[in-house]
Amino acid sequence: MKRNNVWVASLIAPVMIAILLLLAGSPSVRATDHSSAANAAVKIDNFVFGPQTLTVPVGTTVTWTNSDDIPHTSVSTEGVFKSKVLDTDEKFSYTFTKAGTYPYYCTIHPKMTGKVVVQ
Amino acid sequence: MPDKKQDLIDQNLQDLNNDGVDRRGFLKCMAWAGTGLVWTMSGGIPASRAFARSSGKNKDAAKGADFSFVQISDSHIGFNKPANPDVTATLQTAINKINGMSHTPDFIIHTGDLSQLSKPSEFDTLDQVLKGASAKQIYFVPGEHDMLSDNGEQFLQRYGKGTKGAGWSSFDHKGVHFVGLVNVANLKAGGMGSLGHEQLEWLEDDLKGRSASTPIVLYAHIPLWTIYPDWGWGTDDSEQALSYVKRFGSVTVLNGHIHQIMQKIEGKVSFHTAMSTAFPQPAPGTAPSAGPMKVPAEQLQQVLGITDVNYVVSGGSLAIVDSPLGTSGSSGNGGGA
Repeated sequence: MKRNNVWVASLIAPVMIAILLLLAGSPSVRATDHSSAANAAVKIDNFVFGPQTLTVPVGTTVTWTNSDDIPHTSVSTEGVFKSKVLDTDEKFSYTFTKAGTYPYYCTIHPKMTGKVVVQ
Repeated sequence: MPDKKQDLIDQNLQDLNNDGVDRRGFLKCMAWAGTGLVWTMSGGIPASRAFARSSGKNKDAAKGADFSFVQISDSHIGFNKPANPDVTATLQTAINKINGMSHTPDFIIHTGDLSQLSKPSEFDTLDQVLKGASAKQIYFVPGEHDMLSDNGEQFLQRYGKGTKGAGWSSFDHKGVHFVGLVNVANLKAGGMGSLGHEQLEWLEDDLKGRSASTPIVLYAHIPLWTIYPDWGWGTDDSEQALSYVKRFGSVTVLNGHIHQIMQKIEGKVSFHTAMSTAFPQPAPGTAPSAGPMKVPAEQLQQVLGITDVNYVVSGGSLAIVDSPLGTSGSSGNGGGA
């Protein structure tokens, strides 16, 4: 009997360790996935939004950065989001919580248009 | 890229050839100079030339004129990037140049982008500099930089007293009818400049009943003719506005926004854009974008300037002279136009 118990214990221990490792490990893996999907960038350069169409998962925070010597804005055509005037190197962020296509433009230079596709 | 520029010249030439020539003058020569497109016309019809190259002739332009006014544009007070770290100083130079003219202009028209970011402090600085101008009356229309954040509320309070809508208005001066238009409000995604239905209706009404012999001057920030759609250098509904002035014998359209001289004559309508007092912008299609163009510091004053318009009643014509800020003859002792 005693020998059997030892055998069972020696069998259970590695399994328990593996389960514990999994429990400890999995949230951190998920968090890593989450943070890489949660941020995306649009660069405003030479009067162009780049990339012009940005496709991101739901929950992503998109940050626009103005790299021009001239102020720009990033304003949703449908009134979903609206940046303040972004002078050189200023940023604007918006988190997309619903799937959909979000066209936007620069209200100062309306020829500048872009799109965020949220999936 | 030079091809695009050439296209533009060709297009302009074509317009001239197709206009039915009901004008007293004709185009004599055209060339690119350091300051932009230079036109010379005979018969006292709008002339535009590099001030530095023909200062002798410029003195004649003012002679016999019944009155003159000056257009300044795009002072962008608050801009401090390498293309011009001191835009207040260059605006001051422009005002000094106006004050040094042999004839005092009756008034000044500022065709917008007074400020860089519509900040109260920027408008304050502008006011301080303009206070020193010999001409006390100044008319303004806003540029897109003057309408940031507050839909132009502040601009209207400071510079739009007595104007309608987003700041449009008209006035008469010595037989000439002036109309200031606003084409930088409520711009639509993907579009260019826009006047909007309400303003167009007002314009039609404003011009109604005026004699066709009344010289008309239209001024607005963004060009009222399509110069380069890729960069938004035009006004979507300008066609409509121009249809209201077709019956008039002399129409001059003065714009800013593109920070360089461009001209086109279509029938009896002369289109003209002015240099900036702050920084130059590239010729259409010659750069990746319309952003500020950096030139060597010693060349900056050759690509900034003012526009002097002389009106002669007898011919009902206006002579337009563009003057770069940096010219040998501009030093305040009557050497100006």
